[in-house]
Amino acid sequence: MSASPSSTTTTADDPARRPSRPADDLRQQVYDSPKEQAIKYALGACALVSVLTTLGIAAVLIVESIPFFQSVSFAEFFGDTRWTPQFAEKHFGIWALLSGTLLVTVISAVVALPVGLASAVFISEYASEWVRKVLKPGLELLAGVPTVVYGYFALTFVTPLLQALVPGLGVYNALSGGIVVGIMIIPMVASLSEDALRAVPDSLGGAAYALGATKYEAVVRVKVPAAFGGIMASFILAVSRAIGETMIVTLAAGATPKMTLDPRESIQAMTAFIVQVSKGDTPQGTIEYQSIFAVGLVLFLITLAMNILANRITRRYQEQY
Amino acid sequence: MEPSSNGSFNLRRMRRKRVGLVLAGVLFLATIFGIVVLVTLLVDVVVTAVPWLDGRFIASLPSRTPGEAGIQSALIGSLWLMGLTALISVPLGVASALYLEEYAQDGWFLRLIQVNIANLAGVPSVVYGILGLALFVRFAALGNSLLSGALTLSLLILPIIIISTQEALRSIPSGIRESAYALGATRWQVIYSHVLPMAAPGIMTGVILALSRAIGETAPLILVGALTFVPFVPQGALDQFTALPIQIFNWTARPQDEFRGLAAAAIVVLMILLFTMNLTAILLRNYFEEQRAGA
Repeated sequence: MSASPSSTTTTADDPARRPSRPADDLRQQVYDSPKEQAIKYALGACALVSVLTTLGIAAVLIVESIPFFQSVSFAEFFGDTRWTPQFAEKHFGIWALLSGTLLVTVISAVVALPVGLASAVFISEYASEWVRKVLKPGLELLAGVPTVVYGYFALTFVTPLLQALVPGLGVYNALSGGIVVGIMIIPMVASLSEDALRAVPDSLGGAAYALGATKYEAVVRVKVPAAFGGIMASFILAVSRAIGETMIVTLAAGATPKMTLDPRESIQAMTAFIVQVSKGDTPQGTIEYQSIFAVGLVLFLITLAMNILANRITRRYQEQY
Repeated sequence: MEPSSNGSFNLRRMRRKRVGLVLAGVLFLATIFGIVVLVTLLVDVVVTAVPWLDGRFIASLPSRTPGEAGIQSALIGSLWLMGLTALISVPLGVASALYLEEYAQDGWFLRLIQVNIANLAGVPSVVYGILGLALFVRFAALGNSLLSGALTLSLLILPIIIISTQEALRSIPSGIRESAYALGATRWQVIYSHVLPMAAPGIMTGVILALSRAIGETAPLILVGALTFVPFVPQGALDQFTALPIQIFNWTARPQDEFRGLAAAAIVVLMILLFTMNLTAILLRNYFEEQRAGA
């Protein structure tokens, strides 16, 4: 075996000045042996794959969007409110898809944020040990259900149920999709908010009790506000998850891009459009095919911004205690 | 102590306790809501699936006729995907975590990778599908093959495997490493013969949970071109394929009730697969925890 190619030890340079010490030999031949160095760089290369993945996503989305934005101006993309790639008269206004995504996301947030936070408070503050042992795995199972199964549930169970309650509700509507996306993200809100509540020092609750607070006062007025940062981070991450959700909205929310605030209407979310184009036989090179990369880029930027924000908040509040 | 109503200072203890009780009740109901939905979903699926679930359903290829359709090609496609994804993502993920925990020195590079992994875990799965479509299907010219699907799913679950492996490695007391170093072991010897075996149960648990995420993914596979109608069983990694979630999606999207029944039956098979994996992960963890406690 040859000498270590990239040994950083200084002793290698001055053998003449100092006769070799056993410790130096050991260091050079055993600890910094070529084999050890090779292993270190091989593992480091594997760690780089995750960085390359991010760069790959960004590169693919940007490079593949260029042909699309050569035919469709930014002004049309962000200014038009119609999205009609399949029609003879094509319009590419992202707002028609973005509003569908936002409508579903708002409905899901209305369902998931209160329920998830309530679950977190109950599990961390009220539940006894054995109740917790039943509830937590239950929520974990809920988190493990594949999204396509939720899509089936939305279309075949929740929509008929809603149709009995809301007259004139169509088969595909934003309401059903939004509710089920909300159910899907409950476990995420619950588990992250619970972590945040657990991070609140016991002394804060104890101080509230010492001042004569009842349990609910200690929880609602002291512990929940103290965990505010972590709870906000859990909300943002869950909403970002809802924005990126694909199969539920594809199956249950429809395929008609339009700007509306009416949850009873059929809409199309950004993710559902991407799936619709790629599962059909849209030929490569057409503008409709290229448009999925532009939509993907918008989706990626929104979720990335929210994730970065959530991670910032988490880190800032972690330092506080 | 009774609440006094004549003084300026009013404890209103009973009222405050009642409000607390009501709140506790509301919180409990909200917590139960998720569980109730889960049970409803499972019961609904199983009831719809029962008339369709039999040996023929498992062993038949998909068909345009509901009575003859089965999930053989989808089930085998999913198992292929899981195997290939595990082969790619586990070595890569464990190696990354080893580098980050055992080698990397604190600094901007380590922080960059950590932040990057946390953000990757939040990227929507359909975006991974777009990456797979551009990178594996078209650029690497692997086509709509099992390998393209597995590579895409591997990138998708890589952050999950890295994060759970890092947690497993962190839970190994540093005394283990120090005593191995004290006996003259090199860094790799310490890792290979002490740290990895001790962290193995934790790593395996994380890997199984990550794979169960991969096996339920639909959107990335649609993007890389998994086919909805595959009347053959894949023979190799470069064959075209379908998978259970794709088959479920396809059947659910059809308006006829018969196909809904088939979708429910396929969901039952998928959920059994997932529950088995989750149960294995939990049992594995408990078994090794007991062993370690006994040792």
